[in-house]
Amino acid sequence: MLASVAYPVLRFLSPPEVPEDTSLTVSAGKASSLLPNSGRLVPFSAEPAIVVRLAGGELRAFTAVCTHLSCTVQYRDDLQQIWCACHNGHYDLNGRNVSGPPPRPLTPYTVNVKDDEIVISRTT
Amino acid sequence: MALRAWLLERTPLASIEEAVAHKSVPRHRYSVFYFLGGMTLFFFCVQVVTGALLLLYYRPSATEAYESVGFIMTRVPFGWLVRSVHAWSANLMIGAAFAHLFSVIYVHAYRPPRELTWVSGLLVFFITFAFGFSGYLLPWNELAFFATRVGTNMAGVVPGIGDSIVHFMRGGKDVSGATLTRFFGVHVAILPAITTALLAMHLVLVQYHGMSVPPSEEARVKQTGKAGPSMPFAPHFVLRDLFGWTVALALLAALSAFMPWELGRKADAFAAAPAGIRPEWYFLWMFQALKYAPATVLGVSGEFLVLIPVNLGVVALILLPFLDRNTPRSRRVIKGLATLALIFMIAMTALALLEKAP
Repeated sequence: MLASVAYPVLRFLSPPEVPEDTSLTVSAGKASSLLPNSGRLVPFSAEPAIVVRLAGGELRAFTAVCTHLSCTVQYRDDLQQIWCACHNGHYDLNGRNVSGPPPRPLTPYTVNVKDDEIVISRTT
Repeated sequence: MALRAWLLERTPLASIEEAVAHKSVPRHRYSVFYFLGGMTLFFFCVQVVTGALLLLYYRPSATEAYESVGFIMTRVPFGWLVRSVHAWSANLMIGAAFAHLFSVIYVHAYRPPRELTWVSGLLVFFITFAFGFSGYLLPWNELAFFATRVGTNMAGVVPGIGDSIVHFMRGGKDVSGATLTRFFGVHVAILPAITTALLAMHLVLVQYHGMSVPPSEEARVKQTGKAGPSMPFAPHFVLRDLFGWTVALALLAALSAFMPWELGRKADAFAAAPAGIRPEWYFLWMFQALKYAPATVLGVSGEFLVLIPVNLGVVALILLPFLDRNTPRSRRVIKGLATLALIFMIAMTALALLEKAP
């Protein structure tokens, strides 16, 4: 009898799976408005992504979710690094974790520019 | 008097009066510690009252929570005060609970036959943190959003079932409106229900066993052969307790009026974590320790290495009355470990507070 009460309650407490947006590409805004040595956060499915224009003009994109405890990272123009404010984690512009507690690199995305529109995409 | 007679016929009022009249509180140099539990209870009562008031206007959804707290603070008469009192009282309650916990450890008040008093009190102490953690998210601001993301993510380091725990806590894959609704339910219904039961048990046991006397005082009484001094519970101790509560209320009112609790910026799941982000002061020591932890040590994640000693400490605390052999040496070891833990927490908190945001 206990199980007949507990089972539905426990099942109720467990959240159901909700289908996720699994888009493989997303538009990340105008390329011309992203200045050299700056970064931009954009929504990519359910998570944020970061697009960085290097000082030399090259565009790179990564997931913006820190591999340490999932805070959202940002671009630091003074360090020319990607930085997580939560626990002071640093990534270089290849997404590699270079100092602080992050255990893994940021996942890179492919960047293309079409008619001044930045399009980032992930590989399946 | 007619009412009293009516009550005497229908309730155990006479036996309660009898018990109160004969109840006394020991007097010694540590007697001031006896007031810390009552102080924590006072702040808890303030939380219940102000929390109930906030419920009248608060709306627990990602689209409305921040706006409803803003409405409380700017449009509802004295809304800013009620919210500020709720936030400050939460912090003062945790401060008082910390002081109560360490004072009980230092005077070894957990000794038999008070094991259940200790365990019930300790569970309420941990629930107080759960109240703080769940309540922190409710205004749905930037700091709360990332604090919750980090806090829930930490559960993910548990081997095997970590991801399931995170999913369960968040009500989904990431911190979202579902997390807010879940935390709201936990904060206003589940935790209060558990706390009420545990607190009732704790208070009944405190009354049943009476105040614990520290071993050093017990030894002195044994040596002199005379009972130690005491004071009547009513009105002497009660009046002193009320004086303490009045001081606490004055402090709470001053903090709430002169340093009203800020609302911050609305949470945005796609914005970067702001520079200088940090959790509430009572989680700062762990937050700072996580900063210093290396990414991995021999394949084990840094956060796991921080969480293991913390969890072992929690288990040791629960088992404290059973671990203490009640010998002078055992008591010295426990005091030493408690002091080390306290120094570590204070040092980490100070380092976090002194760290400047870039």
